[in-house]
Amino acid sequence: MTLSEETLVELKEIAARYPEPRSGLLPMLHLVQSVEGRITPEGIEACAEILGITAADVSGVATFYTMYKRRPVGDYHVGVCTNTLCAVMGGDAIFERLQDHLGVGNDETTDDAPGLRSITLEHVECNAACDYAPVMMANWEFMDNMTPESAVQLVDDLRAGNEVRSTRGPRIVTWREAERVLAGFPDDLADDGPAAGPASLVGLGIARERGWTAPHPETDSGSGRTADTKQEAVEQADTARAETETKQEDSDA
Amino acid sequence: MPDTLTPVLTDNWGDDRAWTLAAYTERGGYGALDKAFAMDPAAVIETVKESGLRGRGGAGFPTGMKWGFIPQDNPRPKYLVVNADESEPGTCKDIPLMMASPHTLVEGVIISSYAIRANKAFIYIRGEVLHVVRRVQRAVQEAYLAGHLGKDIHGSGYDLDVVVHAGAGAYICGEETALLEGLEGRRGQPRLRPPFPAVAGLYASPTVINNVESIASVPSIVANGHGWFASMGTEKSKGFGIFSLSGHVRRPGQYEAPLGITLRTLIDLAGGMREGHELKFWTPGGSSTPLLTAEHLDIPLDFEGVGAAGSMLGTRALQIFDDTTCVVRATLRWTEFYKHESCGKCTPCREGTWWLVQVLSALEKGQGSESDLDLLLDQCDNILGRSFCALADGAVSPITSSIQYFRDEYVAHLTEGGCPFDPARSTAWAGQEVLA
Ligand SMILES: Cc1cc2nc3c(=O)[nH]c(=O)nc-3n(C[C@H](O)[C@H](O)[C@H](O)COP(=O)(O)O)c2cc1C
Ligand code: SF4
Ligand code: FES
Repeated sequence: MTLSEETLVELKEIAARYPEPRSGLLPMLHLVQSVEGRITPEGIEACAEILGITAADVSGVATFYTMYKRRPVGDYHVGVCTNTLCAVMGGDAIFERLQDHLGVGNDETTDDAPGLRSITLEHVECNAACDYAPVMMANWEFMDNMTPESAVQLVDDLRAGNEVRSTRGPRIVTWREAERVLAGFPDDLADDGPAAGPASLVGLGIARERGWTAPHPETDSGSGRTADTKQEAVEQADTARAETETKQEDSDA
Repeated sequence: MPDTLTPVLTDNWGDDRAWTLAAYTERGGYGALDKAFAMDPAAVIETVKESGLRGRGGAGFPTGMKWGFIPQDNPRPKYLVVNADESEPGTCKDIPLMMASPHTLVEGVIISSYAIRANKAFIYIRGEVLHVVRRVQRAVQEAYLAGHLGKDIHGSGYDLDVVVHAGAGAYICGEETALLEGLEGRRGQPRLRPPFPAVAGLYASPTVINNVESIASVPSIVANGHGWFASMGTEKSKGFGIFSLSGHVRRPGQYEAPLGITLRTLIDLAGGMREGHELKFWTPGGSSTPLLTAEHLDIPLDFEGVGAAGSMLGTRALQIFDDTTCVVRATLRWTEFYKHESCGKCTPCREGTWWLVQVLSALEKGQGSESDLDLLLDQCDNILGRSFCALADGAVSPITSSIQYFRDEYVAHLTEGGCPFDPARSTAWAGQEVLA
């Protein structure tokens, strides 16, 4: 099935946000997923045509990034962080329990069952929430401090169509709706949920309790310059990690 | 001597609706902007240089100096790109920052773009954090409506447009040139350098790429002065930074402190290790920085101190593991991550990480012999420094450091024919089942 006229217009709208249209490709593919439920050949063709590149080019990009799916994703995408910190804190046990409970393996989707929403289960990498380990993601919303029991409850609620809220965010929308936001078409949920979860606030809480603050703005210790030349800066930087900006050549000084 | 914790970036996270423009403005937000506009762009760069701010994305390169590399005589447009890809295992500071106070970032983007004379900026956020994307989208929209973005901002004659861009899942896109590839709609594979981004970055134009926390620090520096910033931290590592504690401490979370604080102090603030357990190993700056142990509790967590201990400050991602954790299991899992995330561009990394996983999995199962440890170290040697980008260097860090400190534990897997640890004892709920 070809994409609707409305979708084609929106795809072009995305490309137009950038000085060079091809920059729109990642968000465009998010939009394709939101209307098609996955990356389809039609979606690839449409992107290629709008950007004036080949379908093979688009395909090459779509296969590079893990959020793009060739197989249909369920109503909800459920991720379990099994990177080391979360795995150790219980992510492995949670992932195992969910595979059993849902009867699916990694990157598989539950069968259509009457009256139930479908779920795609996947183990994911560190999602920048390690202070809330073990962490799960429901359609890329944070579900913090999970246990095998709360994980089972979560997927049961999602399947039954009960409203589920992120522990640090809004109610969970469908995967397709989420993909639309990632394409740069915001929904109206930005104001839902708290500013920060409890772990994000522990240091601040201790500082408040003990009356600790940053120095008074009048404080002036003079220059903090640590390197005067590029060479010095390079020596001081963690070059192993950041060659990019540190291995500056003398010629472009 | 500044206080032990110095909330600046985290200071408003507990405010009611902190993410809104109203709440941010209420505490003086966007005030630094006018102060910057009253200065020449070159003077803003000078202020950031004088502050001593060094990149918060892992490398620690002086931010002001990086801005100074932008050739202002180049006729092409200049770009600012914010690296909000935060994917280094253990790193979890930029995401809560953008969730709680996206306007701090937006104000930083405007001042930084003004300084380098860019009229277009991009915020590249990893795609897997939906609500954070929403909050930043909304903040940018609010900033436009309030006249902080767009044409002739605050009547200064300066124009700036900001695009919020969601990535699509690829750790390598945190590497700055791979990020540019992603932002140009391509596979995220690092670029050959030179040319460097400052000369030919996005669309072959002069480009500054900075981490979220680096850019978010700029408004406070402009508002309070470089001397204020430099009054915190240590001799060569100035200012404050967010330290992210995770794992087996009682109160994991975000602790904003002057650079140079020690892990001992941080663990103390976090209420200590879990009841009845001891610190075994930790990462100072994410999984790409060599592991440290309880011997290193008192090293100053600044660029120099952690470097001298044989590791790197990185992103101050302190993942803490206690004596219940198997270091071989931890290392294998990280190695699987690097294998999965290797972009495939160069052979030592693509094939090397695959081999590392093979050897480590066998060892973890208790198969092989002690000579495999030397084989493993050999393989690491062949990868380190021989690959195209620093992902591969990061990949060998956990392996070489864990063998350095815990060789006996590897050997124990062989003598016992498997892992001597019970993973259930490491979980967040360990010890609680009996009660339930
Ligand atoms: C594999 C790899 C992953 C990286 N991931 C990130 C990241 O997620 N966020 C980030 O800011 N920098 C990351 N970096 C460092 C960037 O290349 C770059 O040094 C940094 O964005 C510069 O910003 P700063 O000077 O403000 O720190 C990564 C580097 C490598 C090699
Ligand atoms: S070192 Fe790894 S991630 Fe970096 S370019 Fe080579 S294959 Fe890609
Ligand atoms: S390891 Fe799971 S969120 Fe970081």
